[in-house]
Amino acid sequence: MAYSREEIFKILEEVKDPEIPVLSLVDLGVITEVTIEDSNVLVKMTPTFVGCPAMDYMRQEVENALMLQGLTPRVEITFEKPWSSELISEKGKAALKKYGLAPPPSNKIFTDLEILETAICPRCNGTHTELKSPFGPTLCRSLYYCHSCQEAFEQFKPL
Amino acid sequence: MTFALKELLYKMADDQLILGHRNSEWTGMGPLLEEDIAFSSMAQDKVGQSLALYTLLHKLGESDPDTMAFTRNANQFHNCILVELPNQEYDFSLIRHFLFDTAEALRFEALTHSSYEPLAQLAQKIRGELRYHTLHANTWIKQLGTATPESISRLQHSLELALPYALGIFEPSPYEAELMAAGIFEGEQALQDKWLVRIESICRQTSLVLPDLKVVTPVLGGRTGKHSEHLQPLLDEMSEVFRIDPGAEW
Repeated sequence: MAYSREEIFKILEEVKDPEIPVLSLVDLGVITEVTIEDSNVLVKMTPTFVGCPAMDYMRQEVENALMLQGLTPRVEITFEKPWSSELISEKGKAALKKYGLAPPPSNKIFTDLEILETAICPRCNGTHTELKSPFGPTLCRSLYYCHSCQEAFEQFKPL
Repeated sequence: MTFALKELLYKMADDQLILGHRNSEWTGMGPLLEEDIAFSSMAQDKVGQSLALYTLLHKLGESDPDTMAFTRNANQFHNCILVELPNQEYDFSLIRHFLFDTAEALRFEALTHSSYEPLAQLAQKIRGELRYHTLHANTWIKQLGTATPESISRLQHSLELALPYALGIFEPSPYEAELMAAGIFEGEQALQDKWLVRIESICRQTSLVLPDLKVVTPVLGGRTGKHSEHLQPLLDEMSEVFRIDPGAEW
């Protein structure tokens, strides 16, 4: 039987970002298009950062998840609809915060990189924070220090 | 037209790959942990961006990205000489990062309007990533360019050393007119003019003195495969593992 678009998304909800295992690829916003024809499913994906080393792994995971349901997947990596941090769902942002990563501030207020100077601490919600480095342990994270709870934390970069 | 487009893509891809490799040489060697991470992250970005550009070339009929990256000799590379120069001390790496990434950010910004749609889409993406690179460069140039007599004189010395090579970024291609007429790219001269405005505006916020470009002789040749003695050893090292077993599955 043919799956609906919603059902395919439901399956893909189970595939997590390998670097942030609480966040599904759907909530991360990297699945940009799903087309279904009988048991053939075309999934279009786009990387968060062009140099993201997890892309091949994520593509494989998407294929595996769909094959487990008896589907024939084809995954295409494209920049047609480029990723931005605005594509992370509200559910995704909440998951990030719970995981200890500050979610990216909205693009709507992100007109200049000065926004990076402060971030909200995901632990104590303090705003007396300081950008230590725009580069962190993965391409999509920056390093911060919270003066309120005196802990280092990371923020998912706005892009 | 395809020749013109390929030439443009090759020089951009090669610039990103070679500077990405140089940046990666700071991994484990940075003057402080955050800088180690910064140069390593920028290396990862740039190598990834080069892969995306080589993939565009592959779709235009060129070899696959690994073959292009790992099997060409120095005289087949189109990168500017600036990016192949050894890292030297941190001050030189920082100045190069500032001069090159300012140009690269402007180049991708211009290419978001390219009539070649796949490149315009990619440029839209890369442009956002490069904002972090220029933020990093500008922050440190402003900080160290106003800090101590030693930091200022080191940066000034490196600026004077790097500038003739930086002008080589804008070495005109034989296809400038063609690219402009087709709306693919605005051309190297327009890019250099915008670059100079940005560079000047940052330098003005420091104690650094930007030499008058009229008296600086550009070092050209990289775009046509005439490189310094530093590129071939870099390529030998970069491709060493690949050449042990070119057919290996990773």
